[in-house]
Amino acid sequence: MLNTGYKQSFSLPLQGSDVAVAWDGLYWFLMALSVFFFVLVIGGMIYFAIAYREKPGRKTKYIVDDHMLEAVWTIIPTILLMVIFGWGWGVYKKMVQAPSDAMEVRVIGKQWLWNFQYEDGRLETGKLVVPLNKPVKLIMSSEDVLHSFFIPNFRVKQDVVPGMYTSVWFQAKVKGEHQVFCTEYCGASHSGMLAKIEVLEPEQYALWKANKPYELSGVKTASTDILASMQASSKLANANVPLPEQGKKLVETKGCLACHALDGSNKIGPSYKGIFGHEVELADGSKVTVDANYIRESIEKPQAKVVKGFNPVMPPYTKEMISESELGAIVAYIKSLK
Amino acid sequence: MAHTEAAHGHNYLNHEKGLWSWMTTLDHKRIGLMYLGTVLFFFLLGGVFALIIRMNLMSYGHPVVDAPTYNKLMTYHGAIMVFLVIIPAIPGAIGNFVLPIMLGAKDVAFPRLNLASYYIYLAGAIFACLALFFGGADTGWTFYTPYSIRTSGAVIMVVFGAFVAGFASILTGLNFIVTIHKLRAPGQTWTRMPLLCWALYATSVIQVLATPVLAITLLLLIFERVFKVGIFDPALGGDPVLFQHFFWFYSHPAVYIMILPAMGVISEVIPVFSRKPIFGYRAIAASSFGIALVAFIVWGHHLFVSGQSELANFIFSLLTMFVAVPTGVKVFSWVGTMYRGSIRFNAPMLYAFGFLELFMIGGLTGVFLATLAIDVHLTDTYFVIAHFHYVMVGGSIMGLLAGMHYWFPKVTGKMYPEKPALIAFILVIIGFNLTFFPQFIAGSQGMPRRYWSQLPEFDFYNRLSTYGSWFLAVGFVYVAFYLLKAAKNGPKAGDNPWEALTLEWTTASPPPHDNFAVTPTVTSWPYEYKTKKI
Repeated sequence: MLNTGYKQSFSLPLQGSDVAVAWDGLYWFLMALSVFFFVLVIGGMIYFAIAYREKPGRKTKYIVDDHMLEAVWTIIPTILLMVIFGWGWGVYKKMVQAPSDAMEVRVIGKQWLWNFQYEDGRLETGKLVVPLNKPVKLIMSSEDVLHSFFIPNFRVKQDVVPGMYTSVWFQAKVKGEHQVFCTEYCGASHSGMLAKIEVLEPEQYALWKANKPYELSGVKTASTDILASMQASSKLANANVPLPEQGKKLVETKGCLACHALDGSNKIGPSYKGIFGHEVELADGSKVTVDANYIRESIEKPQAKVVKGFNPVMPPYTKEMISESELGAIVAYIKSLK
Repeated sequence: MAHTEAAHGHNYLNHEKGLWSWMTTLDHKRIGLMYLGTVLFFFLLGGVFALIIRMNLMSYGHPVVDAPTYNKLMTYHGAIMVFLVIIPAIPGAIGNFVLPIMLGAKDVAFPRLNLASYYIYLAGAIFACLALFFGGADTGWTFYTPYSIRTSGAVIMVVFGAFVAGFASILTGLNFIVTIHKLRAPGQTWTRMPLLCWALYATSVIQVLATPVLAITLLLLIFERVFKVGIFDPALGGDPVLFQHFFWFYSHPAVYIMILPAMGVISEVIPVFSRKPIFGYRAIAASSFGIALVAFIVWGHHLFVSGQSELANFIFSLLTMFVAVPTGVKVFSWVGTMYRGSIRFNAPMLYAFGFLELFMIGGLTGVFLATLAIDVHLTDTYFVIAHFHYVMVGGSIMGLLAGMHYWFPKVTGKMYPEKPALIAFILVIIGFNLTFFPQFIAGSQGMPRRYWSQLPEFDFYNRLSTYGSWFLAVGFVYVAFYLLKAAKNGPKAGDNPWEALTLEWTTASPPPHDNFAVTPTVTSWPYEYKTKKI
């Protein structure tokens, strides 16, 4: 552990921010109260069950109520609940009120990936890079259905709603990788809609901003599933690279790999491996050869010719989402996967 | 005793014979049994879906179904368990059978409407399940927009099925309200009415007032899907969060439709097996209405991270805290009833203990989720899944099992065996806690709900959950096995094996067609267990 002030406990994820520390305090207070009341009620139940079990000679006592006792167990919980409510509201205010100097990043959720758009125009997919200790405010919207942006280490979550902006903020106190989940059900690949937050030292952040190699140190609490390849490929940004390699980067960053494997295994959609130039059977029994035109059609109008055994769940990609030149690179890449 | 009919072995089961006599019966007892059979069939179906879901999540990278299938399974598991099992279970099955007899009545107020309710429920259920063959639905049981507007499949059929089944709920509620008002036996004043009747009364009020809102919401959803009228989908000019408000305006009160009847059953079982009057009769009866009232003004606590305003979050969190007060009053009163009693450990009482253990955990974790800041991190994780299973299964299904064992001798005239009942109870309790307790921990760590594939760091908890689901399944199947066996070959139970004081135990077991040979007259409240040496 790099940062001694921010702990990871048995049932809670790493404390990545001061909000997380405040949150955990309230959580453990509630836990202590719950254990107390559980032991009181269930302990009482077990004690009475044993102490007053039926046996010959047992006399029962005729009691119908006790107003004093009933007042006590109405009033004390009410007071406790008001304390809990007030404390919860206090922590909530910290969670939702971003400092005015917060750095803004736009987040666009779509089935099934996260895009991060920076003020300087830079666009990242699946990876949000932020400086350590700097308040960050995310302005979020959705291109299609509901999503929800959840960072367990920062204890914050906010639904991402089509047709409106919502926001969430955090101030990372622990450098390294932090997991992001989509937590509002959004369809076939909901569980593949992951992202990570890279928290960098300010110098490293400056390097990243200048498109230079940077060093990521600290905790590793983000899944490497599908994400490692995204990170590797993002280093190729703006380089003069061969078309298939550009295509490789595109299928990694456009979310294709959430559903399509590269090793021949079938996920939600067919694998890309070894399909180019070969015949595939469609849902209606007819056959088609995978060529550039078929790949284009499958991206722009995915429901038109669905391969047998798969569900028609892929959303269509418009020209705004994948440009003509990008399309060509993707075709070149799939062709290269023998 | 005046059971001349019963003395000759004449009862509601042999009053008429043949399948047709059951299908066209107006007898509330037979309709109650038809509900029970149907509800248990759907419980089995929803349970099988749950087992496949647990198998799929058992180990990272080893799914047993593909993601679209998984999403349909989780949708059907939720929709079946909520709309077709838990909501109709206790009112439809136990309420129908017991309520009129507890009131000293011959039947419910509107017997024909009662039969119609059953068929409406059945029609809705069949319609929703037939949709499986037309592509099913993968929206989750909450049908959140705009996903539910845009996804392919037979969403309209499923939604229409839930819409139709809702009318059964409204009509049953109406029937019970009138029955309670009009058909109580001479001398049965409001404060001499058993607490199950109070609980069913509060439930019925919610059913009648809240269910129409669900009906309207589902109808709007169908309209939007078919005619592309912009209501909830922003692409058509609608508001997706509006749907969540409409949906939870029904579905939060529906949570109390599910739990209040179980609380009523527990309120009957505990005094009988403690041989003592119920503690705080008026407080328990009043708290049912307290819960029913608060139920209508807390729906927004499902929307703390939806984008609703901070002011709305403030108000809904504050109001939600007040659910815990009447709930606490009930729990304390039940345990208080056991104090200086003479406790008998028959299966109904075991399930009452199970109810208290599971419901306490469900209730206390509910306070976590009512707390604004805490909910932000925990909502849409497995913490919520664990919480509502502790309340819904731990509460409602334990209540149903307590009731099924408690009234088994009344319904069948036979006695179930205690030893297998104890073994099944232990299996169910171990299985339940093993399945759902680890989900609190995984959820606190951030494990999201409705994920086809979970990350490997949660594997340990997912594996425990899956093992637990097997214990739970074996326990439930065992209960079905010995109860069916006892219904066929069990020893005669006698009219009142539990020495209980509510009216249904004063008539024969099984009861005659008209419940009572002579209309009973009530002279005291039903918990008059006097001090005595046993």
